[in-house]
Amino acid sequence: MLRFLASRLATVLGMAILATLAIFLIANTVPGDPVLAQLGDQAASDPAFVARWRHEFGLDLPLWERYFVFLRDLLHGNLGISITSHRPVLQDIEDYAPATLELATLAFLLALVVGIPLGILAAVRRDSWIDHLARMISLMGVSAPTFWLAFIVLAVFYGQLDWAPGPGRLDPISFPPDGGTGFYLYDYAIRGDWDGFRDAATHLVLPVIVLAAATLGLITRTTRASMLECLRQDYVRMGRAKGLREKAVVIGHVLPNAMIPIVTLGGLAYANLLTGAVMTETVFSWPGLGRYTFQSAATLDFPAIMGITLIVAVVYLVINLLIDLSYALLDPRVRQ
Amino acid sequence: MSASVAGLRPVGTIPGRWARFRSWQRRYGLPALGGLIVLAWLVIAIAAPVFAPFPPDAVDVSVRLQPPSPVHLLGTDELGRDVLSRLIFGARISLFTGIVVVVVGGLVGTLIGGVAAYVGGWVEEVLMRFTDLVLCFPPIILALAIAAALGIGTTNTIIAILVVWWPKFARLARSLVLQQRAREYVEAALVAGYGPGRILGRHIIPNAVGPLVVLLTLDVGNAIITFAGLSFLGLGVVPPTAEWGAMVAEGRELVQQWWVAAFPGLAILTVVLGFNFLGDGVRDWLDPRSGL
Repeated sequence: MLRFLASRLATVLGMAILATLAIFLIANTVPGDPVLAQLGDQAASDPAFVARWRHEFGLDLPLWERYFVFLRDLLHGNLGISITSHRPVLQDIEDYAPATLELATLAFLLALVVGIPLGILAAVRRDSWIDHLARMISLMGVSAPTFWLAFIVLAVFYGQLDWAPGPGRLDPISFPPDGGTGFYLYDYAIRGDWDGFRDAATHLVLPVIVLAAATLGLITRTTRASMLECLRQDYVRMGRAKGLREKAVVIGHVLPNAMIPIVTLGGLAYANLLTGAVMTETVFSWPGLGRYTFQSAATLDFPAIMGITLIVAVVYLVINLLIDLSYALLDPRVRQ
Repeated sequence: MSASVAGLRPVGTIPGRWARFRSWQRRYGLPALGGLIVLAWLVIAIAAPVFAPFPPDAVDVSVRLQPPSPVHLLGTDELGRDVLSRLIFGARISLFTGIVVVVVGGLVGTLIGGVAAYVGGWVEEVLMRFTDLVLCFPPIILALAIAAALGIGTTNTIIAILVVWWPKFARLARSLVLQQRAREYVEAALVAGYGPGRILGRHIIPNAVGPLVVLLTLDVGNAIITFAGLSFLGLGVVPPTAEWGAMVAEGRELVQQWWVAAFPGLAILTVVLGFNFLGDGVRDWLDPRSGL
């Protein structure tokens, strides 16, 4: 088991390094010029200024040297300086990550808590109204563009009905909890500031629902398909034949066997939520990694793009690793 | 318990006309609907100038932000352009990009996966590790970075999406070709003295093409959403080109003038639903078990 873990970890590390190389090459061999994107026509027309600016960010070094500088810095936990914010990329990411993690985690929980029971019910009562509802929800969830859903939800519940607050993490007049972890719900709760907590919570409702929609669709669909597959097996007939109650058959026998595809998809879905946040955060003016990513891409802020892509790729790889390990927990056959 | 027998009818009864219709509808209803939706959008896209009541870029600020009315059925946007006309012309870009991404990505992926599986050895190792490498990036982020680096424009964005699109086809094509390679007809072709290119292209791939077609159909919807998403983020088309994602972006702050953003998004939703219905149908048809 330890050996398996070590070899998987080595693979993950190797892939992560290859990933940095790939993104470095993409960012540095394409026609877009960060100097022009950053400085504007006025400053870019002064060669001396441009040269100094290039030197300051190491853009005058040969390509391979720049890559090794990047790798060396990486080993020191240094992802470079953002060209736009003039701050360390890692610090930017640390500042923006909590907003996204809070949003994505809640959306993921919502998708699981609704999607798995819905998928199970749909499979057990196949072709009933609940099955049709589940299929409708999952189809709409995967077919509606997130950015549009975000707009519709905002226009209806904020613009028309005024039931929910507008974009942002807090009301414009309130102050964010100073210090703290950046996870507002936690920060307010620990201070006992329940007005602040309610403020943050109500602002979370709409974006969480929007972000959860696509994942909810996928999880419902996978749970249903996986349950249907397992319901056909002989051990189900066996369980029924020996007089088990239907509930015991479904929860005790079918569900554990149906879990592997659900876990696989669930893990990948969480990683995808982190990136699906790009759309949601743009519409809801959510100061998270998604919006930061978009802004970095729009301004060709290469250190920031590389830092984010690297971190998200590592998160992807780690989640894949965890999925592999969870098989061993879920399926005794894998353990041997 | 009752659920497992609900689909069966008592032995010896003959289904009536209604029951036969219900069973047809259950099997083919949604795929047929999906096909109709897709067909309708294709017709609209091809004959856009016929259907559009106004030129898509005709600016008239005297009628800006008007709600839907008999003259402007879906209202007007901030520059007084007719939302319906822009939506109709936008269908061209969305369908075109969706189909191009899926066809080109499908071909490239199939070729890479097919060659990897057929040749084997270090070629397979290199090609599949490369595929894994692309797959270890979250698609949207990678496409966003590439699109931003290449610059704004339809072609550049299509290229960016293609870079992240082919790996899933490569994976599938590889496993399909591996399955087929063990069959007798491949041996027969080898004995007959055909070269590897001919065996792969004329014998193996045609036999493995079914599941690939399903993935292709299902994927057009995904490709359309992805392109519209990048467009929404400002990386897809150059303004003032009418494109659905860009139209939603233009209207995203106008929560009171909801029609500017709501209708283009609805267009994306219908066309993607159409492709998903169709894709599910094709999948059931190719593999009767998977739809159960």
